[in-house]
Amino acid sequence: MEVKNAVAGTLESGDIMIQIGPGEGLQVELQSSVAAQFGRQIKSVITETLEGLGISDAYVKATDKGALDCTIRARVTAAAVRATGKDVWK
Amino acid sequence: MMFVPGNNPGMMADAHIYGPDSIMLDLEDSVTMAEKDAARLLVYNALKTIDYGDTEMVVRINPLNTPYGKKDVEAVVKAGVDVIRMPKTETADEVRELEAEIIKVEEELGCVGRTQIMAAIESALGIVNAYEIATASKRMMGIALGAEDYTANLKTPRTPEGSELLLARETIVVAARAAGIACFDTVYSNLDDMETFRKEVELIKNLGFDGKSIINPRQIQVVNEVFAPKQKDIDKALRIIAAIKEAREKGSGVIAVNGKMVDRPVVLRAERVIALAVASGILNEEELS
Amino acid sequence: MRNTKVVSLEEAIRRSGLKDGMTISFHHHFRGGDKVVNLVVAKLAEMGFKDLKLAASSLSDVHAPLIEHIKAGVITGISTSGLRGELANEISHGLMAEPVVFRSHGGRGSAIANGELHIDVAFLGASSCDELGNASGCPRSENAKSICGSLGYALPDAKYADHVVVLTDDLVAYPNYPKSISSCDVESVVVVDSVGDSSKISSGAIRDSKNPRDILLAQQAAQVIINSGYFKDGFSIQTGTGGASLAAVKYIKESMIEKGIKASFALGGITAHMVKLHEEGLIGKLIDVQSFDKVAAESIASDQTHQEVSAVEYASADNPGSAVHALDIVILSALEVDVDFNVNVLVGSDGIIRGAVGGHPDTAEDSALSIIVCPLLRGRIPCVVPKVTTLITPGAGVDVVVTEYGIAVNPRRPEIAERLKEAGLKVVDIHDLAAKATSVIGVPDPLPFGDKVVGIVMDRHGKVLDKIYNIQ
Repeated sequence: MEVKNAVAGTLESGDIMIQIGPGEGLQVELQSSVAAQFGRQIKSVITETLEGLGISDAYVKATDKGALDCTIRARVTAAAVRATGKDVWK
Repeated sequence: MMFVPGNNPGMMADAHIYGPDSIMLDLEDSVTMAEKDAARLLVYNALKTIDYGDTEMVVRINPLNTPYGKKDVEAVVKAGVDVIRMPKTETADEVRELEAEIIKVEEELGCVGRTQIMAAIESALGIVNAYEIATASKRMMGIALGAEDYTANLKTPRTPEGSELLLARETIVVAARAAGIACFDTVYSNLDDMETFRKEVELIKNLGFDGKSIINPRQIQVVNEVFAPKQKDIDKALRIIAAIKEAREKGSGVIAVNGKMVDRPVVLRAERVIALAVASGILNEEELS
Repeated sequence: MRNTKVVSLEEAIRRSGLKDGMTISFHHHFRGGDKVVNLVVAKLAEMGFKDLKLAASSLSDVHAPLIEHIKAGVITGISTSGLRGELANEISHGLMAEPVVFRSHGGRGSAIANGELHIDVAFLGASSCDELGNASGCPRSENAKSICGSLGYALPDAKYADHVVVLTDDLVAYPNYPKSISSCDVESVVVVDSVGDSSKISSGAIRDSKNPRDILLAQQAAQVIINSGYFKDGFSIQTGTGGASLAAVKYIKESMIEKGIKASFALGGITAHMVKLHEEGLIGKLIDVQSFDKVAAESIASDQTHQEVSAVEYASADNPGSAVHALDIVILSALEVDVDFNVNVLVGSDGIIRGAVGGHPDTAEDSALSIIVCPLLRGRIPCVVPKVTTLITPGAGVDVVVTEYGIAVNPRRPEIAERLKEAGLKVVDIHDLAAKATSVIGVPDPLPFGDKVVGIVMDRHGKVLDKIYNIQ
C-alpha cells in the first residue's frame, strides 16, 4: 500500500503527534518523557496498529506527550488513513 | 451532562473523575472540519478502552446531511455508546433517518436496540415540532435545548435572565413529559460567573428539567447542589415510602401519613425525591432497605 | 573601634580560616532567585580552594553553575534537602564520586545541633543586616530589594557553625531589630550587589489553580480534614507546597466559619492563603520557618502573632520541644505513594532527582493526621505504585492518601476510615488504586539504574533510609 506523508495528533498534554511517511519495513522513532518506562509499549502499539491496517512499510516519527494506548491507536490510525486515503469506515 | 471536545484526549481520559451523570463527547461544533476524521477515531478508541464506570456515555455526532454524520454513527455504535445525540433536530423524520442508520450498524453487530437517541432542538422549527420529535422513536431517551443556535435562529441575543428561552424551555419540558422521556437544558458558557449560572440552574430545575448541560467540571457542584433535594423534603418522602410499606404489609389499599390520605402524584413525587437523594449521595441504598 | 566586621567577601573568607576539605553551608530562603551560593563558590574557586563539602538547606535549578565547580574538584561533597534542574540531572547520571546526602529540614537541624553535620563556615544571605551582624529576612530601608521573610532554615547554621559570614544587599544602621540572626553569632558582614532575584524569590499574589483536577483534589482533601475527627476548635494545621494542598485550605474555610471553628496555629511554610485566614481571625498564630510569598514575608515583618521558628524548633525529631509535636493536621503532596503508604517526593519516575525531602517526613511522622494529596495519574506517570522508587517518608507516618479516583486510608487508622465512610466519602483500598493506575496505563518497564550510589537518604533520626543509584 502506498504511504504518503501525513500527520495526526497534537503536542498537547495527553496526546501524541504521529508523522508518517514512506519507508522500508516499519521504522518508529519515538520521543517521549516516559520513554524509559513505556517506550517499548508505545512502539509496539504503533507497529501493531499499522500492521492491523495492512501497512508493512512506513517511517513513523512519534512525539508523545503522555498519551494512553487508546489515544496512540487513534492517532496512528488517523495518520495512516490520511497517508493511504483508505478509510476504516464504510 | 458534561460536554467534552472529541479531539482532546487529555480531557477525555479523566472526564469521569468529576462525577458527572453523563459525559457527552462532541464530534460536532468543537471539532474543526479538518479534524473530524481524527476526532471520530479518538472517540471510538476512548469508548472502547477507557473505563468510564457508571457514567452514561453520549456522543454528539455531526448532522446526517454532512459528509461526517453516517461515519460518526458507524463508529460510535461499534464502540458501544449508550446514547447518540443528534444535533439541530428539526423534524421527526430526521430522528427516524438516524434510527435507520443505527439499525444498519446494529444489525451488522447483532445488537439491535442497544443504542438510544437524544435529540438536541436548536431552532424555531424544532421547537414547533418538539412533541413529534420526542415521540419519533422508541429509542428516544430525551430531548435537549441548544440555546446558541436557537437564539441565533430567533434573531435575538442570549440574556443573563434568559427570557428569550422561556417558551423553548417550557415547550421542551412539556413535550418530554408528554412523551415520557427526559429533558436537558442548554449550556452556560461564562465559567467566571457562577452566580448567574446558579440562578439559571435554579430556574430550569423549577421549570421541570431533569438536568443541565455543562462545559467544565467546575460547574458540576452547583448543579448537584441545586438539584439535590432538601432534607425536609427527603424526610417527608421517607415517611411516605414507609407508609406505603406499612400499608402493603397490612394488605391495606389506603396509604396515610399523619392521618392524611396520600394520593398517587404525591407517591410519585416522593419516589422521585428519594431517587434524586440517592443520586446526589445524600442517601445510600442501604438506608432505604 | 567600629565597622571591623564589614569586609569584602575575599577578606571574610580569609578571616574565616577556611581550608581545603572543610564544610561550608548555605540556606535556601531565596529559593529560585538565590545568588549567594553561586557567588561564594565562584569566589572560593577563584581563591584556589579544593575538596569543599557544601551543606545547603536546599538547592534548585539556579545552582547549575555548581556542576563546573564539582568537575574542577572545588566541591566534592553535597548535603541538601533537595536538588532540581541540570545539577540534579548531572548528579543522577553520576557526576560526583561521593553521594549526595539528603536530609529533611528537621533532620538537618538535628544533625547540625548534635554535631553529626559540622559546619566550618556558614555563608548566610540576608535581606537586611547592620554593621554588627544583626541580620533579618525583612526589609528595613527603602533600599531593600531581596526580601524573604523568615530565615528559619539559616538559624541552626548561624548558631552552630564555627564561623558565620552574613551577605547582604542592604546594610542598615544598628540596630537592625527585630533580628533573626544575632550579631553575637556573626564574624563578618559582606555587602554585595544582590543576594537574590526578588521576582524569583516569591510570587506576588495568591494564584488560585483553575485546573479542575487540582480543585477536585483540594475539595476532597478538605472533606477529609472536616470529617477526620481532628477538625475541632483550636486545631493546628500545616500545608505543603503543591496547588491542591494549598487550595485545600480555601475549602475548609467555609466550614470553619459555619461551625465556629478556629485554628490555634498554622505551621511551616507560610503562604498568602494562611495569612488571609489569620487576618480574618480564623488562625490564631502563624509559626513560620519559610515565608513562601510576598504576602507572607510582609506579614512576618509587621505582625507580632506571625513568628519565625528555626528548623530545629520547627521539626527536630530529637527535640521533644519542636513544633511538629503539637501539630494536628498536615496536608502534603507526593511524586509517588506505594501500597504500604511509603512516599517519595525526591526522585522522578524517570529515575532523575527532581524534588526535595523538605519537611515531609518530619510533619508526617509527628502530626496527628497526615494527608497526602496527589493525582493517581500525571499523564502516563503513575503516582500510586507497588513500590516507591525512593523511600523518603515511611508509610508508618502516613494516614490518608487523596486521589481523583478515591481516598485510601492506612489500615493502621481504621477509625479515620470509618469516619470518612460515614461522611459519604469514597474510601478505597490503596491496592485498588495501584491496580486502577495499571489498568489505565499498563505496567511500566523497570528503570535503567546503574550500580553507583549517587544519593543517600537519611531518615530524620540520622539513620540511612534509602540509597539512590545512578540512572543510565
